[in-house]
Amino acid sequence: MERLFMDEWEGFVPGRWSRTSINLRDFIHHNYTLYEGDESFLEGPTEATKKLWAQVMELSEKERAAGGVLDMDTSVVSTITSHKAGYLDKELEQIVGFQTDKPFKRSLQPFGGIRMAMAACKEYGYEVDPEIVRLFTEIRKTHNQGVFDVYTPEMRLARHAAIITGLPDAYGRGRIIGDYRRVALYGVDYLIEDKKEQLATSLVRMTSENIQLREELAEQIRALGDLKKLGEIYGYDISKPAKNAKEAIQWLYFGYLAAVKEQNGAAMSLGRTSTFIDIYIQRDLDRGLITEKQAQEYIDHFIMKLRMVKFARTPEYNSLFSGDPTWVTESIGGVSVDGTPMVTKTSFRYLHTLDNLGPAPEPNMTVLWSTKLPQNFKRFCAKMSIKTSAIQYENDDQMRVQHGDDYAIACCVSSMVVGKEMQFFGARANLAKCLLYAINGGVDERLKIQVGPKYRPVEGDYLDYDDVMEKYDDMMEWLAALYVNTLNVIHYMHDKYCYEKIQMALHDRDVKRYFATGIAGLSVVADSLSAIKYAKVKCIRDEDGVVVDYQVEGDFPKYGNNDDRVDRIAVDIVKSFMKKIKKHYTYRGGVPTMSILTITSNVVYGKKTGNTPDGRKIGVPLAPGANPMHGRDTHGAAASLASVAKIPFKYAQDGISNTFSIVPDALGKDDKVFVGDIDIQSLAQELSDEG
Amino acid sequence: MLGYIHSTESFGTVDGPGIRFVVFFQGCPMRCLYCHNPDTWGIGKGTEMSVEDILSQYEGVKEFLKGGGITATGGEPLVQLGFLTELFESAKKKGIHTCLDTSGVLFTPGDTVKFERLANCTDLVMLDIKHINSEKHKALTGHGNENILAFAQFLSQRGVPLWIRHVVVPGVTDDEASLYELGRFISGLKTLKALDVLPYHTMAKEKYKKLGLDYPLGDTPAATKEAAAAARDVIMKGLRDGLKSKM
Repeated sequence: MERLFMDEWEGFVPGRWSRTSINLRDFIHHNYTLYEGDESFLEGPTEATKKLWAQVMELSEKERAAGGVLDMDTSVVSTITSHKAGYLDKELEQIVGFQTDKPFKRSLQPFGGIRMAMAACKEYGYEVDPEIVRLFTEIRKTHNQGVFDVYTPEMRLARHAAIITGLPDAYGRGRIIGDYRRVALYGVDYLIEDKKEQLATSLVRMTSENIQLREELAEQIRALGDLKKLGEIYGYDISKPAKNAKEAIQWLYFGYLAAVKEQNGAAMSLGRTSTFIDIYIQRDLDRGLITEKQAQEYIDHFIMKLRMVKFARTPEYNSLFSGDPTWVTESIGGVSVDGTPMVTKTSFRYLHTLDNLGPAPEPNMTVLWSTKLPQNFKRFCAKMSIKTSAIQYENDDQMRVQHGDDYAIACCVSSMVVGKEMQFFGARANLAKCLLYAINGGVDERLKIQVGPKYRPVEGDYLDYDDVMEKYDDMMEWLAALYVNTLNVIHYMHDKYCYEKIQMALHDRDVKRYFATGIAGLSVVADSLSAIKYAKVKCIRDEDGVVVDYQVEGDFPKYGNNDDRVDRIAVDIVKSFMKKIKKHYTYRGGVPTMSILTITSNVVYGKKTGNTPDGRKIGVPLAPGANPMHGRDTHGAAASLASVAKIPFKYAQDGISNTFSIVPDALGKDDKVFVGDIDIQSLAQELSDEG
Repeated sequence: MLGYIHSTESFGTVDGPGIRFVVFFQGCPMRCLYCHNPDTWGIGKGTEMSVEDILSQYEGVKEFLKGGGITATGGEPLVQLGFLTELFESAKKKGIHTCLDTSGVLFTPGDTVKFERLANCTDLVMLDIKHINSEKHKALTGHGNENILAFAQFLSQRGVPLWIRHVVVPGVTDDEASLYELGRFISGLKTLKALDVLPYHTMAKEKYKKLGLDYPLGDTPAATKEAAAAARDVIMKGLRDGLKSKM
């Protein structure tokens, strides 16, 4: 589309972004100012910030006292325009907008599933309006209902036995990142024009794919219209591009706010916004329009809003995720494909909110780490990590190869190019349980029912490595097929009944879709197979002949000690399961990927997984992500990390996580008691100069 | 030649500069009252490892150890002087920074040939001076401190960089006169690079219990960080005065 250089862009370097098409990467690379200095320029919180934050803390306290929820909608179904404006203190807030008409009030989002919405309300003493219940049970179908209409008995059973777990079949799948920056850079009117052109040029041969695409584009256009109205509700006209930093943050936030008003997704991540916003802040600073103090205030108020994103969820959901997470992940830093770091002053400003507002888990600030990041920024990150334990790190040097330099992280580890790629969230398959199924011929060790196919179970008192491996391979084959097909049902229905209109409106038309899968229990499997191979593992059966426990005789190499004998087993399992996943048809041409990332849900999986041949007992948590089992990595952190680092990213492109905690004292010398830079000659010199 | 190794740690952050691969040597002649590794005392026990075994473990994690190196500690590495020297010589050939954490008690001032060879392949020695007063040193460790102080001077003359360590145990090693005296002594060490004053902690009690040993320091309380900082200041004062007196 041809267009003029808009007035609001004055001072920006033009490029493809202004001449030809929506192109945020191009805009950023033409306009950002690399910052290699230290943190000394940063400003503390303003009086307004302190006052607002005190208000938030007070509300948090009240929410805790009220049992976890302060207020809930029970009769207004949340849409982009469903609520009037809400404020903490209108006079003080630089950045405005809440999901409902007041802070800490949770919205009602039944499109994923009315039962989940009802359960969430009921747990906290609220009741969904019966008319809404009737509407979403008898008249308007939900995603959840659609899925269960189609599930096979086998799928239901696998879900029940928790060999496939955490499936987004009763709630929003999340993990999609709208390119919220587009709202600020182009204004909504232009985005609507662009989408109209996409619709006009879409294929008219009415296959089901083309029909679906045309319908979705129409929905997206309508959602963008609603986004404009959301701005109006708060007194802003966001049809045109943002003309200064405050507007840029506000426009961007409206885009995000629309998304969280429409979707209660399992992860509602923000993207990669700090360097984009820095361009606007820098322009305002250069023009003398704002001071550093104001710039930090905008960021503080923006981050404050992100911390107040809330969803109505059930206690089971929260126990699965150990808390009430929203996964508002923001990706910071990284390096461009030409090797220049993408760190700006606003990268510092974002992290500095951990000081100005105090540490918090949300937004989930994620530093895209590269060896090439500026030394001062690395030092600042380390300092803030030691101080707050609130920063996540991801390997930019690995991911940049796949995604270039305008990708972001959804949830905790899923990488995708912002506005061009999305993913179908895939929960995870429990490979530890799968091993037990291989041993027991598909009988669930906990429920004592046939869940998997009735293959021949192992015989004899002792497990034989080759025999178990052969059976395990067959059982993984079964699991991969069932898993992918279950996900196909889920994503079909989610698109149909709970489509992410506004988030997809902030994407290109032709997106690359990742079909994410995940595994849990990797270290248990590796250690179990190692025990079978290098020690002797005796089976203990119950009265029905089901193996319910194991006795390990002798020692065996354990994953997490940089020992190839067992690390290779872990690598082989990852490769093997991914290859099996890839064999199957995926919905909408999704590109299969796999993650090894359970961060908190490993605790729940542990409860549902029986005794394992590595000597782990039922109820003991599986290790998180690709971590070694707790206490079995006995050669220190570097050896443990070296084991994890062997897992090939190529086969687990949706991310490999390693949860690592260390007390600050174990990170080095305490400078209070350590005098580390004595130079006896110059000290003598100094003393003699003093006389 | 094989060494008797208690264990290895791939991510040592407090045993020399940078992140280090730490080798705990098995065996120690001292019986320091506050020893927190009593499991490394026994001589001739532990896992037998070759120099190659250790260096290949190092190689496997070297990406994490930039700016660091290998630290030999224990136990008392000097118990296995021959093996230690071989390890360090091989490490130096590969360009790995070597650091020896020792009490120095096995130094033999009258026969230094073997120690010359060790000094040639050692980049840094962390020398633990447990007490400046030899009698009190003996009460604390079972040995006098003559060899230890001689070792410090030997290393200084040989140009080997030194970190001096001192553990502050309330009522045992924290009297001001001794701390000051320690400062005076180390002011004579030309290669002194750092002073590390560690507050005594009681975390080893569990270990003693598991090993069926009595905990020699009984209910002596842990030292606070502040007490360690105060002790450091006294030592530094002694060090300054020592330097001044030499002018």
